[in-house]
Amino acid sequence: MNNRFFMAGAMILAGACLFLGCKPKNMNNAVSADAAIKAFVPPGQYDEYYNFVSGGFSGQMAVYGIPSGRLLRVIPVFSVDPEKGYGYAEETKGMLNTSHGIVPWDDLHHPELSQTNGEIDGRWVFGNANNTPRVARIDLTTFRTAEIIELPNSAGNHSSPFATENTEYVVAGTRFSVPADDVNGDIPISTYKENFKGYISFISIGKEDGAMDIAFQLQCPGVNFDLARAGKAKSHGWFFFSCYNTEQANTLLEVNASQRDKDFIMAVNWKKAEEYLAAGKGRKVKTKYAHNRYDESTHSAVSEIRDEVIVLDTKELKDICYFIPCPKSPHGCDVDPTGEYIVGSGKLAAVIPVFSFDKLQKAIADKAFDGEFEGIPVVKYEAALYGEVQKPGLGPLHTEFDGKGNAYTSFFVSSEVVKWNIQELKVLDRAPTYYSVGHLCVPGGNTRKPSPKYVIAYNKITKDRYLPTGPELAQSAQLYDISGDKMTLINDFPTIGEPHYAQAAPAELIKNNSVKIYKLEENHHPYVAMGEPTAKVVREGNQIHVYMTSIRSHFAPDNIEGIRMGDEVYFHVTNLEQDWDVPHGFAVKGAQNAELLIMPGETQTLKWTPDRVGIFPMYCTDFCSALHQEMQGYVRVSPAGSNVPLSFSTGGSAESKVN
Amino acid sequence: MGSDSGITPAADTKSTPAEESKPKENPSYDPERGIGKFQNVTVNPDLNASLATTGEKSFNVKCASCHKLTDEKLVGPGWKGVTARRKAEWILNFMTNTDEMLNKDPQAQAQLEICLVRMPNQSLADDEALSLYEYMRKNDGVK
Repeated sequence: MNNRFFMAGAMILAGACLFLGCKPKNMNNAVSADAAIKAFVPPGQYDEYYNFVSGGFSGQMAVYGIPSGRLLRVIPVFSVDPEKGYGYAEETKGMLNTSHGIVPWDDLHHPELSQTNGEIDGRWVFGNANNTPRVARIDLTTFRTAEIIELPNSAGNHSSPFATENTEYVVAGTRFSVPADDVNGDIPISTYKENFKGYISFISIGKEDGAMDIAFQLQCPGVNFDLARAGKAKSHGWFFFSCYNTEQANTLLEVNASQRDKDFIMAVNWKKAEEYLAAGKGRKVKTKYAHNRYDESTHSAVSEIRDEVIVLDTKELKDICYFIPCPKSPHGCDVDPTGEYIVGSGKLAAVIPVFSFDKLQKAIADKAFDGEFEGIPVVKYEAALYGEVQKPGLGPLHTEFDGKGNAYTSFFVSSEVVKWNIQELKVLDRAPTYYSVGHLCVPGGNTRKPSPKYVIAYNKITKDRYLPTGPELAQSAQLYDISGDKMTLINDFPTIGEPHYAQAAPAELIKNNSVKIYKLEENHHPYVAMGEPTAKVVREGNQIHVYMTSIRSHFAPDNIEGIRMGDEVYFHVTNLEQDWDVPHGFAVKGAQNAELLIMPGETQTLKWTPDRVGIFPMYCTDFCSALHQEMQGYVRVSPAGSNVPLSFSTGGSAESKVN
Repeated sequence: MGSDSGITPAADTKSTPAEESKPKENPSYDPERGIGKFQNVTVNPDLNASLATTGEKSFNVKCASCHKLTDEKLVGPGWKGVTARRKAEWILNFMTNTDEMLNKDPQAQAQLEICLVRMPNQSLADDEALSLYEYMRKNDGVK
């Protein structure tokens, strides 16, 4: 008995050692001595950078301050957020509309800040929905989702929403190849090779208003498109997409998509695609996809279903696409600040290949091809290769740049960030991460002008790093100072959802543009109550419209009678405040949706269907003043057919009005 | 009626916030005028009726939730007689520089002790504040 117990204990110990095998022997070495000073932002002071971090399977985007790691805001994007009423208020439901109807959840992987001349301009941040393919645009004056467009012919929108250097386009590439929307999809899955295609959408972005429109789609061979980067500077006009599953497997991809020694990076000459588009070479495909825009004037989503998209067939239309062989199952596909070097990160590769844009151009001109794949020319590996970084680490995923000739690559399997020199292809430094790092972020590290003070690692696993919280543990971000030759860990903080990619921008680009209030004079909501004297309750058949106002600290009206069972009540609450940071909330007992959170000068609507006769309280949910707890009221619900007259009041019988 | 505008802000309306925010170091701080850009306002004896009408519209949107036109206190004090109780400068400064007035002006602080709800900063433009003041004068019987 004793022996068996001992054996089991020894096995657990051995397992624990294996489990923590990637941890350095002396943890203290990993944290720099002056970490606290470097990462500390005193109370009342601002951070240097905004960090926009994907919320992964939360569907949202989180905003952290860097270097402190303070969570500033969670922006609801693709998932409902009862805290903010997003997706519950009548006005925001339409933002989540799709060709499948309202979809209340998605999986946001990659934030992408808009650029002008290859630099972050601080206007918008885009995000992708991975599951029901969509791209969202978030306005950085309001930190709210301003627009969402659905992607037809697509499934698994992963290589998205990467932008060109003047945000001419944001792209969306399909991870799952599928049959097109206008052909019969009721076919055997095993006919993948014949019938499944990859689609890449080029979403044009309005120069002034950011409005998104699918300019065209590229129909490509059926493989998995994973990640992408636009060319920049000399390579502006080109886009690069990593592809895996060039085996075209439709089952057990873990094995079946890992057969070939090399998959591809697909180089796309999008200027050439524009020429074909202008020449009318596109095919109009009938389909259905939603386009949703939030109108700041009516405080309401405007959702429409569009029914056509133009597709360019890259097999028929030559010189748009070229495949570059890339070892093995490439994930990240990153272009350095000069636009010359394209770094492929093969998840299963033992090297990091660096491709040269100049060599690629020469190879294409010389037709240095190794045949074709599904009708697309395959450039000879050596003809496009600048060189390989040997033995960089295990499981390279993503690369960011510092603008000083260095690259920072994350290694998932060996849990480390590796700094290497691009021209010399030489490893300069390694820093452990805790643990299993995915994406990296250097502020501006994907642009022509990085701001190389920090690199932030986003870790998938935290194991023993924080106080345990049951089976599910937080994921994390870790901040390294990269101002010197060596990377030094100076901070780490847990994140919401799963952080995939993140980008950071200097605070100066964004903070002074923040909208503080919505001006009442500019509120054109159809149910606005423009001042308390206009508050009223109106019956239209079985619909009751409450034109309600809120100001510190009361609602008008706050007593409502004459509601009957069978009525649908719409509380249209206008916040009359015109001061920054004074939202009012609104909740009513038994409401089967959520609260409203109404910004100053805004109108939002909560639909409520009473389920029983009685008295129902309503109250302000967001602490607004010393008398916030007094900000409440009552609704009386009578039986169907009751003759209680519809009436409403604030402040007693003197103000009572009967409608 | 009278001139186009019943009220004329004086030339020193452009004084900088830094100067305004140091009343204690400024022995000339006038508690009857308060802190803000309105330091010398000339009030026309006659009412500018159209300006007062503009003010009434703003009142309904931004003020009526908390102020009655009688002398009855609702959330804030009733407006009846306010133009006699306070100088134009004080009222206009309170309307347009609400937070600083509540933080520093003794009379505004005394009023806060009674009401216990800080008057919201309603982001009034200078013109809007002047129109509201004219509406207060109308409410107080100025013709």
